[in-house]
Amino acid sequence: MAFLELNKVSKGYGFGAKRTEVLHDINLSIAEGEFVAIVGYSGAGKTTLMSLIAGLQRPDEGSVTLRGETVTEPSPDRAIVFQNYSLLPWLSVYENIALAVDEVFSHWPAEKRREHVEKYIAMVNLTPARDKKPRELSGGMRQRVSVARALAMDPKILLLDEPLSALDALTRAVLQDEIARIWAESKKTVVLITNDVDEGIIVADRIIPLSAGPRATLGPSVQVDIERPRDRKALNHDPRFKAIRKEVIGYLLGDGGHKKTSVTRKLTLPDIEPEDLSVSRFHFGRPPARRKSEQKQETVETV
Amino acid sequence: MSTLIKTCESVGLNWFVPFLRLAKRDNPNEQLRQILLTIGVPIIAVLIFLGAWSWVARNVKVSFGSLPGPAAVWVEAKNLWADHLAERKKEADFYKRQAERKKTFLAENPTGEWKERKYAGKPTYLDQIFTSLRTVFTGFVIAAIIAVPLGILCGLSKVFNTAMNPFIQIFKPVSPLAWLPIVMIMVSALYNPKEPMFEKSFISSAFTVALCSLWPALINTALGVASIDNDYLNVARVLKLGWWKKVRKIVIPSALPLIFTGLRLSLGVGWMVLIAAEMLAQNPGLGKFVWDMFQNGSSQTLAQIMVAVFTIGFIGFFLDRTMMVLQKAVSFDGAAIR
Repeated sequence: MAFLELNKVSKGYGFGAKRTEVLHDINLSIAEGEFVAIVGYSGAGKTTLMSLIAGLQRPDEGSVTLRGETVTEPSPDRAIVFQNYSLLPWLSVYENIALAVDEVFSHWPAEKRREHVEKYIAMVNLTPARDKKPRELSGGMRQRVSVARALAMDPKILLLDEPLSALDALTRAVLQDEIARIWAESKKTVVLITNDVDEGIIVADRIIPLSAGPRATLGPSVQVDIERPRDRKALNHDPRFKAIRKEVIGYLLGDGGHKKTSVTRKLTLPDIEPEDLSVSRFHFGRPPARRKSEQKQETVETV
Repeated sequence: MSTLIKTCESVGLNWFVPFLRLAKRDNPNEQLRQILLTIGVPIIAVLIFLGAWSWVARNVKVSFGSLPGPAAVWVEAKNLWADHLAERKKEADFYKRQAERKKTFLAENPTGEWKERKYAGKPTYLDQIFTSLRTVFTGFVIAAIIAVPLGILCGLSKVFNTAMNPFIQIFKPVSPLAWLPIVMIMVSALYNPKEPMFEKSFISSAFTVALCSLWPALINTALGVASIDNDYLNVARVLKLGWWKKVRKIVIPSALPLIFTGLRLSLGVGWMVLIAAEMLAQNPGLGKFVWDMFQNGSSQTLAQIMVAVFTIGFIGFFLDRTMMVLQKAVSFDGAAIR
């Protein structure tokens, strides 16, 4: 039996004619200790999928089971790292993690809990910043705190909901390597949701594309059989990397791609003509701005 | 030095910052300009105001002579202070005399029983100020104790909020003058101990202040709780925090800045309402002082009332500043509050 299993899961919002089905017929099974990346378009329903696994939302149809038990509510068993960190701004790094540890391991003695918190702060290399407030930290550091908090709960499964997409490219690369390292150390089951195929290939055992919404569903999973630790530079020239990349992107652009939608928008351009700066201006005799009171219509095709 | 600058900024002494920077030789020209702007302009405005006031005072005649100008008001302020000192001296003398009499009495008949007497002079202007402050704080604390928990419940539960909404909407605009008779009758009916710890007028005034000032705190607390970032609540859900723990660890801290905004507004309203309540309830504070002065109609009446007006204004300003400092201290997002 699989560790985490999603069986014919559907989820939509709204009622009647206004109803949009976000996720449709999602089937997923993840083994214990596996690192799975789910890659998809923005707005495809990735976060909804994560909320279903975390238990923050219930599926309309189908079921989510962890070790054979149906997921009905959130629990520290399924720790989740949100895209926007969701750290409590009035607590320091230490206190943020301690809040989780004190709650989950309330039966431990205080000294053991304190050591546990310190251990995870050290794991994400934040010991010098342990007493800082989140707003004093950079985006990358905040996300480390968030990861440390999730790991410190010692969850059965770690859910990463686009943890790196708000970060700059360099910080991202560093944190990707760090996530891979932490996973190798802790051997947790991890589900990573991302919109970056390369990120998935660098850190995950398996990549599953999520087709574009509405009615998004999971595509064929692709095994990443590249040995670890993976070297970012060498990877670029690895034929297996290229093949996996091509396969996933091929699905996302092809079968799982957008159902051609064209959006017609009325674009209102600024009703003012550029001024000729070569003509000298006087302080009091400034010519009035020239307006072109007309509207243009354009058709924009989103790809 | 820079910590001193930060402290000044956080307690609202922004006008003082350019002086500190000037002492630090930090861009002197800019600092002088700032000083002119932050201090020069208000001083000029105040001078213009005083000038206009004197002019009006000299040209308007009221039933008992002329309207007092700034100088007359200043004289009256000094008189009130002198009265206070004189009264205190009288009180001290009284107790001194009493102690002497006690000594001689006990020396003459050692078995006799000496009865201590309390000094029964009239309250001075400063006593009245302190009575007002005590009353407003009592009312404010009562208001906070009622409003903050109710506000939290309103923010957490849509049903509770809907239930409370009619009361909030209807009672919020009610004037203190309408509440006061009801409160006074209730206090007379319910508060009749043998040896009263508080005057009835004090309790009536405090409760009237509470009734009028609890609304801003209630509404802002409800708003603060209702607008908590969903992510924080998700953290609580993932951690499976119990209801009470969720309120204590997540809800209250994240709503604290708005709770304090509400309390600041409440204290402002309370101070404003207090004067009216004291006038009618005859609580011996500033409100009663204004009323008594109005009633006795002597030639200094208006000047003394004006002293009271300025006192009320300055104390109100000081209370607001104090609350602002507290408000800044609890706001975690570093937002600018003025």
